[in-house]
Order: sequence, then structure tokens, then C-alpha cells
Amino acid sequence: MTDPALYAPREPIFPRRVAGWFRTLKWWIMAVTLGIYYLTPWIRWDRGENLPDQAVLVDLAHRRFFFFWIEIWPHEFYFIAGMLIMAGVGLFLVTSALGRVWCGYACPQTVWTDLFILTERWIEGDRNARVKLHHADWSLRKMRLRLFKWAVWLGIGLLTGGAWVFYFTDAPSLLRDLMAFSAHPIAYGTIAVLTLTTFVFGGFMREQICIYACPWPRIQAAMVDQDTLTVGYRDWRGEPRAKGKTRSETTGDCIDCMACVNVCPMGIDIRDGQQMECITCALCIDACDDVMGKIGKPRGLIDYLSLSDEPMERAGAAPRPIWRHILRPRTVLYSGLWAGFGALLVYGLFIRSDVELTVSPIRNPVYVTQSDGSIRNIYDVRLRNKIGQDREFHLSLTSEEVLRISLEGRGELQSLVVPADSTILQRVYITARPVDPAASAAQTELRIWAEHRGSSDRASRDTVFHGRVK
Amino acid sequence: MSNKPTEDAKTPETTGHEWDGIQELNNPLPRWWLWTLYATIIWGIGYTIAYPAWPLISGTTRGVLNHSTRMEVAQDIEAHQNLNAGLVAQLNAADLSQIAPDADLHRYGVARGRSVFAAQCSQCHGSGAAGSPGYPNLLDNDWLWGGDLAEISYSVRHGIRNDTDEEARYSDMPAFKDILADDEIDAVAEYVFSLTDADHDSTLAEAGATLFADNCAACHGEDARGDRDLGAPNLADAIWLYGGSRAALTQTISQSRFGVMPAWGQRLSEEDVRAVSIYVHALGGGE
Repeated sequence: MTDPALYAPREPIFPRRVAGWFRTLKWWIMAVTLGIYYLTPWIRWDRGENLPDQAVLVDLAHRRFFFFWIEIWPHEFYFIAGMLIMAGVGLFLVTSALGRVWCGYACPQTVWTDLFILTERWIEGDRNARVKLHHADWSLRKMRLRLFKWAVWLGIGLLTGGAWVFYFTDAPSLLRDLMAFSAHPIAYGTIAVLTLTTFVFGGFMREQICIYACPWPRIQAAMVDQDTLTVGYRDWRGEPRAKGKTRSETTGDCIDCMACVNVCPMGIDIRDGQQMECITCALCIDACDDVMGKIGKPRGLIDYLSLSDEPMERAGAAPRPIWRHILRPRTVLYSGLWAGFGALLVYGLFIRSDVELTVSPIRNPVYVTQSDGSIRNIYDVRLRNKIGQDREFHLSLTSEEVLRISLEGRGELQSLVVPADSTILQRVYITARPVDPAASAAQTELRIWAEHRGSSDRASRDTVFHGRVK
Repeated sequence: MSNKPTEDAKTPETTGHEWDGIQELNNPLPRWWLWTLYATIIWGIGYTIAYPAWPLISGTTRGVLNHSTRMEVAQDIEAHQNLNAGLVAQLNAADLSQIAPDADLHRYGVARGRSVFAAQCSQCHGSGAAGSPGYPNLLDNDWLWGGDLAEISYSVRHGIRNDTDEEARYSDMPAFKDILADDEIDAVAEYVFSLTDADHDSTLAEAGATLFADNCAACHGEDARGDRDLGAPNLADAIWLYGGSRAALTQTISQSRFGVMPAWGQRLSEEDVRAVSIYVHALGGGE
């Protein structure tokens, strides 16, 4: 027996237009997600004259992440890590409860493909017209329609790539530079790459990404269980299917109208059962409900149900309510985890101080003897001013022994100005006179304080003073 | 899954040889693989034309693109130097003692001075500038020749007791073993020791005081507090360049000391001399 051919070229899919509850929900989600994506870089947030005024900004050049009133420094990256963990746990939660709703409603590939199919329908017509155009010979009309469609797709891709780079620098200034062709080559390069990928992925590759390239279908399959809601065909109600004159009292509700197949953006037949290609976008539910309504039968021949529903419904029980599917120990546990991480992050945000201090004792040498016999230790003190204004900080020390503090280059002053949103390195001297016990003790503990006189912001760090043991 | 040639599959070619009944298949290479190989060969040929590649008797072929990583490094260095050119010009033109401690120029001087110090000065003065016996500690507030910026930069630029720069600082302590007797040297050492240590022999120190006034005060001062014009150390403080024990003092007085420092103005650029002066002044003892 010869090996079967393992390669089959892609047959393009032309999903038919559909209306219904889930379709409306998908339009809303598309509008909200695309709106957030395109518009967020343009939201302004005044932080004073020293800091950028963009609400959401990943400032790679200055190593800051701004999110409205929150400002994350690189050493606080654990906030981002925490948010990623929450995203992961959130995904587990949603998927275990509702199945592949990420794939069907929110995934960028789905959303942009949906948008591209929408524009394709506006330009080339609904399903029948598009199928006809696909099989037609190349003519002036076909060329015109196709080129216009590709131009629209490239335009959407350009906006998409553009929106991406606006998150990484001030949007109005970058837009000005882009128009004047004076922006950094990286900006143009990134926009070019994202335009191309949006065009290719949304215009041509479409479901191939989901079926072959994306790892999520495989991962999502591991997160669903027998109680997870997923799109399924009630074959105990629909079979045996029959259309037109062959129908009788013993045939099922399915009239084999192919509506569910024609609206599917993945090109599958849900009546074969839940399958890997199905992204549970629920358009087949809308299509079938629409037809069932027209022929006077109840909705729900294709519906959101779970594996565990099948034996119950086959035995004649009524369909279980949705909340029974969603509220389970597993989902409650995921919710708790998600909320727990969220609470931790919020707590972390609240206890953040606006000034930070680190002290590094100089160890080469451990101490210095002065002319009068005093012993002096040198410290590298780093002060971080995390507010968008220059601030003056007063340095002092507390200890059980007598010690004196002075700052290099500041003379008698014990305060220094730290510029807005920066870190400054200050060389600090702590001295013990010959009569002070600390001068001849091996180690004396002390605490260095930095405080801002105008507010209650202060930070401290414990360190050690080394004396000369005779 | 293994691919065994079956009866109704197309019989693949063999190489024609047979070893003990075993034949070797000669399947064609995959087209994508073959063309990738051809492409890399063409790329390789082009690469050797464009870049330095073929060894000659000495050196290699230059390559059409005239590229060299050494040239890139040289260009990088030059680019960095150009970036700092403004600051260097400012540094060379400035009056060192007028640079404010929080100015950008000062920060630049300290940063540049730190790397000059690490490369040129740390060998004698220590990586942490704490010195060692015979090599002054630059962190403390005791200066042989003066600790303000003008004096520090003079010491750096012209050095001390070297014979390459006629403007080098110079002084010459006599070796008192030729001038005083052994017990007189012991007395002077005891006197000097008594200036900073309570545990001394008072009678010997008293005798030493007279000898000190006659022999040492001319350079080291009546009060033994030193003379910066002569680089004569302050003998009444807690800092000893060559050691403050009786044995060390006796040796110093007998055989004298002659510390030497190179004239860095002859070895370093003007901006390096100025930068390292700013750095040393900011180490803790600057006046």
C-alpha cells in the first residue's frame, strides 16, 4: 500500500455573514480590544515637566515603564512578572470554565482575521460573490477589487504596526517624525515588519496559523475538562439528519442546511464533533439558531455544552444551567489564586517608597587613619529619587556609639539634591574620633537615613563601621 | 517509520557497488537542501572576495569592501573621544579649584580620573589609593607637599625627586648616621615617638628634644609639624609614611628617605593629569 500524500494545498475559506447574540458579542469585543490597542498610546497623563506625559509608555531609553500614575523602575520588574503570572492563571481560569474563549473571541489572530474578512465582504461581496470571484478568470474588475482589498489590508497593517511602536516612545512626537521621514530606522523597520505580518497572517494565512503554527490549541486542550463549556452539536437531537422531502417524524432536527459549515471561519463541520481546529467562536451557534427559529424549532441544536452534559441529556434530562458549569472547585481555586496574586501586587504597589537608599561600604581600604588619629570609613551611598521633581535629601546616621557623618564635596552640609527620577552616587564619610569607642572596635553597627524634609518620605539602611583594633 | 523499498514502490537507484550482498541506495538529495548548499557556496565565494580571506606570505588579501575589525575599533575609540571633546576642552581650560563639586565637569573629571588612577597610579598608591609603607595614602588628610588642587596637580604633573623633570619637587633629608652618634639617634627617635605616644622614656625624649631643635627643626619645624615647601612630614600626627615604631624611626633618621614619583605630565595628556588631580582631591582628604 502506498503512503498517503501528507501534503494538501490550502483551500481558501469564505465564511458567510451571520447575525446573532454571539456575533454581536464578538463585534463588541473586537471594537473594545482594537479601540484599546489603537487609542491607548494617545492618552495623556501629566507627570510634571521632567517626565513624559504619555499615560502608557514603555520607555526603553530611560528604562522606565509608565502606566497612568504608576512608574516601574527596572529593579521592580517583579510587578511585570506578577502581571504575567496573573495573565497565565487568568487564562487557566477562563479556559477551564468556558473553553477556548481566548481563541474564539480575544486572540489577535482571530480579531484581525475577523476584521479582514469583514473588509473583504464589504469590497468583494458575501460568500457566494467571493466564491465566484475566486474561481473567475483574471479580469480588470477582479484586479481592481483585489488591489483595493490589499490596499485596505495594508492600511490596517500600517495602523497596527504604527500603534505598536507608539507604546515605546512619545506618540505625537514619533508620529511627527514618521511623517517627516526623520524617525529612527528601528521605528520604520518595526512598522514594516508588523505591517507585513498583519497583512500576511490576517489576509492569507488565517486559520493556518491556528491549526499549524500556534501552540495555544494544544495547550488549551490540556486545560479543559469534562465540565468545561465548549461548542458542541447535540447529535442526539439532530441525527439522523435529512433535508427536504426525505424528512419524516423519525429524522432529527438537523435539516442539513450547511449554515454552520458556511459561517465557520476555520472551515470545519461542527457536526463531526469538537475538534482541534474549532476555535469555539460560536458563529455556528448563531447560524443554526437563526435557521431553527425560521423553521419553528427550539434553539440550541449547536450550543455551548460540556462533555458531561451528553450522557445526562441523552437520558432525557434538561440541559444544565450555565452557572453550574462555571462554578466548580477548579474554577474557584483558580479565581482564588488569581485574586491572591492580584492582592499581592496591589500591596506591593502600596508599600513602594518614593525614595530608595543603598549603602556599599568601601572595603579597600577598610578604614583610613586621619592626622589626629581619627578613624574614617568611606561608603558609596546611592539615592534614588522616584518622583518627577528635583528633591533635596538630608543624610544622617543613628548608632549606639558616637560617630560623625560628612558628604564629599558638600563641605559642612549634610544634604544633597537628587534630580527628578534619577539615581545619584554620593561618597559619604563616617568618622570616629580617637576618644570614641568605635575608633578601636572591630565593628560598630549603624543606620544611615535619607529623608526628604518637605514630605514624610524617608529610607534607611543598616551598615557597619570598622575601627582599628590595636 | 522506516522507509523500506517495497516491491510496488518505485525501485530506487543504487550506487552499483555491493559489499557482502549489501547494496547502497542512491536517493537524490532534497531539492531545497541542494539549492541551499549551492547558495552557501556562492555566498562563500562572494564573502572571500568582499572580506579579508586568503592568506598571503605576510598578511591576507584585503577584500573589496576594505573592512577590518581593527579599523572598526579605532573608529569606535575616535567616536568616543569625539563625544567627550567638549568636556575635555572645558577641562583643559578650567581653573581646577573653581570647578563646583556638583558640576558635570567635576563628575567627568572624577570618572576619568578614576580610570587614569587605576591604570597609572594604583601600582604604587594601591588600587584603593590607601598606599603602603613608602607610598602615601591619598585618602587621609595628611599631605607632604600640599592637598589643594593646585598643589596636587603640581605633584602629579612634575613628580617628586625624579631626574626627568627639572621642575620636579625636591628635598633631601641627610642620612644622620654620618652626623649623629647611635645613642643620639636613639634619643631623637624617642623624642619623635613621644610626640604622639604616651608610652615613652621621658629623659631620653628630653635629650632628643635638644638634638631635634639643632638638627631637625630647620626642615621639620620647631613644633615638628612639618614644612610643605620642603615635603618635610608632620612628625606630630598619627600618620607615618615609613612606619612610626621606634625601629622604623631609627632607620629613617639614620639612613634617611628619598621617595620618588614620576613626572606624569611627561607621560599623560593634559586632560588626564587634570582629571586624576580632581579624582585624588575628591577621595576624602582634599583641601
